[in-house]
Amino acid sequence: MTATPAPARRRVLAQARFETRTLLANGEQLLVSLVLPALALAGLTLAAVPDLGPSRRVDVATAGALALAVLSTAFTGQAIATGFDRRAGVLRLFGTTPLGRGGLLAGKAVAVLTVLALQVLVIGALGAALGWRPDPGGLLPALLGLLLGAGTFVALALLLAGTVRAEAVLALANLAWILLLGLGVLLPTAELPDALGGVARALPSGALGDAVRASLLDGTWPWQQWLVLTAWGLAAAAAAGRWFRWSG
Amino acid sequence: MTVVAAVRELRRVFGGTVAVDGAGWSAAAGSVTAVLGPNGAGKTTTIECLEGLQRPDAGSVRVLGADPWRAPAEHRARVGVMLQEGGLPTTARPLPLLVHLAALHNTPRSVDDLAARLGIHEFARTAVRRMSGGQRQRVALAAALVGTPDVLFLDEPTAGLDPHARLDVWDLVREESRRGAGVVLTTHSFEEAERLADRVVVMARGRVVADGTLDEVRSGSRLEDVYFALTRDAR
Repeated sequence: MTATPAPARRRVLAQARFETRTLLANGEQLLVSLVLPALALAGLTLAAVPDLGPSRRVDVATAGALALAVLSTAFTGQAIATGFDRRAGVLRLFGTTPLGRGGLLAGKAVAVLTVLALQVLVIGALGAALGWRPDPGGLLPALLGLLLGAGTFVALALLLAGTVRAEAVLALANLAWILLLGLGVLLPTAELPDALGGVARALPSGALGDAVRASLLDGTWPWQQWLVLTAWGLAAAAAAGRWFRWSG
Repeated sequence: MTVVAAVRELRRVFGGTVAVDGAGWSAAAGSVTAVLGPNGAGKTTTIECLEGLQRPDAGSVRVLGADPWRAPAEHRARVGVMLQEGGLPTTARPLPLLVHLAALHNTPRSVDDLAARLGIHEFARTAVRRMSGGQRQRVALAAALVGTPDVLFLDEPTAGLDPHARLDVWDLVREESRRGAGVVLTTHSFEEAERLADRVVVMARGRVVADGTLDEVRSGSRLEDVYFALTRDAR
């Protein structure tokens, strides 16, 4: 009897399940994905500094923690996991299975969305416990902003993971996480010094943070920030498509 | 004879280095083809072209009648691959990994049976990154076999294995061949080639310097004597 592949959807879901379990079983990944955003939320809400602007601290902090969750899972986590998978030959081996390269990437994307959903639930619940009251009209655009941000940061993660050595991916992804944290993810770009705020607004970190805050605080659809995210996402995806190397 | 893998005038160049230079040979269903050669002979490059991991610069490769570079999932389901570097996710444990790989196929082998045959249950709770080289080899072989493939590409399948584990692998390879699968393996072991191979291909400096049945290539001598004579200048 000739061997046949499982249906495409089943293959992608199987890969997503495998990747999600791997992500959630990784202590360091859990720390970056859930514990640090939760600590940031609690810390920014309960402390009096830094200045978060005129809105309620818990509302600003929850929006920032959600943006941080995206940065952690879609960028730092994916870059490091993919970089080390590439070095170990996992991308090559899985590319020879019925999953193929397209299925592998689709599985990773679904896994990121699954972890992101879990993060939104946990951070949302913690925020609610601390008194978070989002603008109901902003929930849909906030969700769209988080999804757009996830797509953009996954593209950036693949660009990094597919072009430099695994050890360098680890160092650069962690460094970028720390730098981007202060460039508009947790703090509104309007609260940063003028020059820094301008830079942050042009970066995907500032665009994501400001977009989620604008939606959840004011109920707006932040087209300008979405445009910045889309531009970064398309540029990163094009560059990853051009330079990504499956072996390392 | 049904050809499951065919290499024709294959050429592969990396920068200024010619890795494979006009190589040609084929492998049949229900047989074991051993590809021998010194390091840098072009064995792995050739196998990786057959696996669809590299694209020929010139010439062609065909696996089950298809170009593996463009082959769809239906083709990949019929091909089992064991990479030289393993390719196993470092944080995974062997059984969940094999169950996952089995789930990509419609009619996979029993993971439990395969794990029992290869002694994987003994280290079932060990993550890949903590396994010995031999344990990783066994998991990588199981990963190649789990889909019941029609053709198997095994890049140095017994490197790093102890003698008992090597015998287990050889038994499995023979079973796969008897089942009708075409098996192509690279090896540095003359014993492995002599015990398993129906056909032997010797490569040196990217070219095929011998190709035939085991008896044809040995032509009355010991395989290692023939090998050293053919590859002396390629070191």
